[in-house]
Amino acid sequence: MTRRLLEGSEAVAEAMVAAGCRFFAGYPMTPFTEVLEHMARLLPEYGGTCINAESELEAVGMAWGAAATGTRSATGSTGQGLSLMQESLSELVSAHVPLLVLNMARAQGDYFQATRGGGHGDYRMPVLAPKDAAEAVDLMRPAFELADRWRTPVLMFGDYYLAHTAQSVDVPDVVDPPPPGDWALDGSTGGSGHAKLLSPLGDHKRRDDVGYDLQEHYRRVARGVQEMTEGIEPMWEELGTEDAEVVVMAWGTPGRYVRAAVRELRERGRKVGFLRPVTLYPFPDAAVQQAAKNARLVAVYENNQGQMTDDVRLALEGRVPVRFIGGLSLDHSGFGIAPDLEVATLVQRIEEVLPA
Amino acid sequence: MMIEREGLQVIDTATPPDVPARLVDDFTPELIDVGTHGLCPGCGEPIAVRALVEAIAELGLTQKAIAVFGIGCYTAFSNNLDVEVLQALHGRAPSLATGVKRARPGTFVVTVQGDGDMVNEGLQEVLHTAARGEAVTCVMLNNGVFGETGGHLTATTVLGQRTKNTLEGRNAHDHGYPILLADVIATLEGASFVARCAVNDAGNVARTKRHLTRAFEVQMAGGFSFVEILTMCPTGWFIDTLDAPDYLSGNLAAVHAPGVVKDAARG
Amino acid sequence: MTLTRGTVVIDEEACKGCDLCVDACPPRVLVMTKEHVNSKGYRYPMLLPGCTGCRACAQICPDFVFQVYKYETPQEVA
Repeated sequence: MTRRLLEGSEAVAEAMVAAGCRFFAGYPMTPFTEVLEHMARLLPEYGGTCINAESELEAVGMAWGAAATGTRSATGSTGQGLSLMQESLSELVSAHVPLLVLNMARAQGDYFQATRGGGHGDYRMPVLAPKDAAEAVDLMRPAFELADRWRTPVLMFGDYYLAHTAQSVDVPDVVDPPPPGDWALDGSTGGSGHAKLLSPLGDHKRRDDVGYDLQEHYRRVARGVQEMTEGIEPMWEELGTEDAEVVVMAWGTPGRYVRAAVRELRERGRKVGFLRPVTLYPFPDAAVQQAAKNARLVAVYENNQGQMTDDVRLALEGRVPVRFIGGLSLDHSGFGIAPDLEVATLVQRIEEVLPA
Repeated sequence: MMIEREGLQVIDTATPPDVPARLVDDFTPELIDVGTHGLCPGCGEPIAVRALVEAIAELGLTQKAIAVFGIGCYTAFSNNLDVEVLQALHGRAPSLATGVKRARPGTFVVTVQGDGDMVNEGLQEVLHTAARGEAVTCVMLNNGVFGETGGHLTATTVLGQRTKNTLEGRNAHDHGYPILLADVIATLEGASFVARCAVNDAGNVARTKRHLTRAFEVQMAGGFSFVEILTMCPTGWFIDTLDAPDYLSGNLAAVHAPGVVKDAARG
Repeated sequence: MTLTRGTVVIDEEACKGCDLCVDACPPRVLVMTKEHVNSKGYRYPMLLPGCTGCRACAQICPDFVFQVYKYETPQEVA
């Protein structure tokens, strides 16, 4: 473990390599580009490969191919690039291929894309939303392990602030990647009568008939997603929820500012609580219900038109009113630098919904 | 040995010969698990797949091979071969093949894609994979139609060819011109071996196998190779199975000309 | 009598009646049934004397219908 002052993109790249990632493919796009630059520099030093793909479509394809061999692999982009990858991300779930996918997002409008409905079909994948580079570094190896454990893509949700802020982080020592799982391809089972298959349409060769049995396969995938959802402990951070009349929720980078605003209000004697989901999927439903147990309102701040707000409503099942206090806040660049992210602004926003 | 059927004296072909004889060709090659498939009568794709797996076995690559399948009628073979198979999405096999080969350079990686998959959906992928000189082999099964969806225009459909969405025949004014992909790929420095062949008669099947063998050897020597195999699709061409071989020669092969387009190692 | 160097075993049930083998066979010793069909309703090939065991039928057949044998000694077949 080494403590270093690193810009977020570099910290994320160092953490990926430290966690055993040995293949990365990406396409330049702000604010993800620097991660690609750092991986291009770092991976060859550890015998890995970084490819500048011809588009985001090919980046996720190359990462899929590398991951299929049991190599710890990752790809990423920003929201628009992730949009291009969606068919593959959905299909990676039914192909049971582990992969780390990084969204260095612009603002927070990609919550829906990340947690559901980015792609077609019935699929979910674990989504982690660190609040800063330090948390992203701490979550990186667990993210790869989740991907391997459940044989699924895992999405790590960062943003412009995380990518371009320098922070003191604890970079873990580099570990070797684990050996490939017995599902991984390397050619060697050819001719055995049981040559391996890795496919989004089915996972075994049929000898009784020809063609894939999609009904059977998708049922099994659905069961797997269910088991995964139940098998992952949701993660969150909370502050002052024991006596909160109003619980304020936020996620990702804005969470830091909202937490500071809540602290300030608490110092003034207001009974305000704070809850920040770290796993956006599985969403910490039980924690949200518990935190809002005695509250009269849950206020949600996000830099979008209200997306996590839906999940909060779903978690509370109508027991406590939910109010969206966020909104799209961008500077002229559109990259997600939010004029609203000032503690004073957020204090005011929260005060507007506090009881008199 | 002889029996009578429909007024003819024919040989009893229900059982192996009862005089000393050598088996020279079994029903299915060793690497195809089950010979039954739901592809149309007279389809050229199983013929091409057979040649492909025979070439893999003959070169001793069976335990190194990973076949990356695209999406089309031929996908029926993806869970029916006794080599390791990675199933890709429509058009995406070359990028997956790239990832596999870069992560495991000792493997033998071949994509199996149709013309719709490779030249329409995935044109960018195959061009860039060739340009980068990835040590993989991309194989196109070209029948000039999107077969699996019923027989529609692709980028390789030839002028005059009738398809479900060019019922009067493809014309340049409304539908543009076909892309002769092998010729385009041959212009890329990163492509080492590029060939076209067909499976419409036994001689051509033998040539197909030779080109595949050469392509595989080029890959094992570190180069990118590409083989386009013209296949019959009587269903997509609206013709009888018996007429498909001649239709292939007269129409598809007249435009997508068979032969070795480029062999960088041999000049 | 016809000199016959080889023979085939035909999996009649596998055949889809596409006729490709008929034209592919150099000595033209394959002929499709006219009245008989298999359980899927397809006509299938029958073998006349004169086969050379060249394997063209097996190589061209999309449905893996043929198993090909070469006689150790060419047979005179009526």
